[in-house]
Amino acid sequence: MMVLVSYDVSFEDPNGKHRLRKISKICENYGQRVQYSVFECVVDPAQWTAFRHHLMQVYDEEKDSLRFYFLGKNWQRRVEHHGVGVAYDPENDALIL
Amino acid sequence: MKKLLNTLYITSQGSYLSKDGECVVVKSAEGQKKRFPVHVLDGVVCFGNVLCSPFLMGHCAEKGLSLSFLTERGRYLAAVHGPQSGNVLLRREQYRQADDPDAAARVARGVVAGKVANSRAVLRRCLRDYSDRVDVERVQGAVGVLDGCARRLRSPVSLDEIRGLEGLAANTYFGVFDELVLSKEQAFGFNGRVRRPPLDNVNCLLSFVYTLLAHDVRSALEAVGLDPQVGFLHRDRPGRPGLALDMMEEFRSFLADRLVLSLINRGEVETKGFTKKESGAVFMDDNTRKTVLTAWQKRKTDEVTHPFLSEKIPLGLAFHVQARLLARYLRKDLEGYPPFFWK
Repeated sequence: MMVLVSYDVSFEDPNGKHRLRKISKICENYGQRVQYSVFECVVDPAQWTAFRHHLMQVYDEEKDSLRFYFLGKNWQRRVEHHGVGVAYDPENDALIL
Repeated sequence: MKKLLNTLYITSQGSYLSKDGECVVVKSAEGQKKRFPVHVLDGVVCFGNVLCSPFLMGHCAEKGLSLSFLTERGRYLAAVHGPQSGNVLLRREQYRQADDPDAAARVARGVVAGKVANSRAVLRRCLRDYSDRVDVERVQGAVGVLDGCARRLRSPVSLDEIRGLEGLAANTYFGVFDELVLSKEQAFGFNGRVRRPPLDNVNCLLSFVYTLLAHDVRSALEAVGLDPQVGFLHRDRPGRPGLALDMMEEFRSFLADRLVLSLINRGEVETKGFTKKESGAVFMDDNTRKTVLTAWQKRKTDEVTHPFLSEKIPLGLAFHVQARLLARYLRKDLEGYPPFFWK
């Protein structure tokens, strides 16, 4: 399934930058960065549980926000892209570099 | 059930692959970076001068990604494996049955029966769709010979006889293969199968697609813990993946050959994409190779109904299903090995 993960991390306290870096590292492990703090992740339920757990451990409930959008299995028709930074479809595109 | 995952093909020369967290990072010679999470991939295939960090190799081995190195032209060079994995008992059983001519003949018979039936199905489909453009009598004759082979394979036959029938079937099939090439361009003429090196464009395409097929079948076999080198139909030879070649026989005609045919007949590959060397060997250029890779990857996502499981699966998973069925047969959970019959 496809999950869209986006986050806002507060820089108010000195730990903010640290948390931001950690969260983006975790997201990079599971998906591709489509905008600065937006990730598209194709995961199965087990991977999603682990992924979510990692994020929950790092973020600060009081200061940051995390949003997950569940786009399901047929997500291709729910996503439209315009402009720069074209993303790849990890399931169906031929990955040739 | 396993999911069909994507394969990453690296064809840009001078690329460097490394590991960052859970990602494969591809750095091109120009310094551009692209990253792919490991869990969306089930294999990485490197063509030519592609470097790979030892940590990524270790990570791939651990996560069960197959990592293969091919020459720029697509000849197989090496693959990276982690510590010997899979079930020893299964592998021992495989060796025992491969040593026993009667037991080996039973598996080989299934494999060749699959090959003959699938080659025949390819010819039949051509007769049905293009009866106005091919020499019907010739193709019909070949279908008749293949019918005969299939009939003889229905009763138990010795291993040598099976090999004989396999040769006869292959010769007959490739004897009329040029009829299936509908493009009337001289450049895509076909006069029998030639390899090492391929001497014409069609053979060049066939060889390349067979290499891709071999990579996929081999990694499927390894994933279930079978030894890809010990075959039943193919005799052991150092460095030859005998079992992978055995299992490929079922898939060659309808998966690889038809892919090549449709690339040619639909005009997706062009004459100018091929070059002939002084030695007579034919090579294709980067763009043609990319076209073939894309088509191959696309073909693997096509859904078919598995003849034995009666379940819809993407073609790319058929290798894994067959490998698992073979393992089950070797463990004596199944009475016979059910080959893949394409309809």
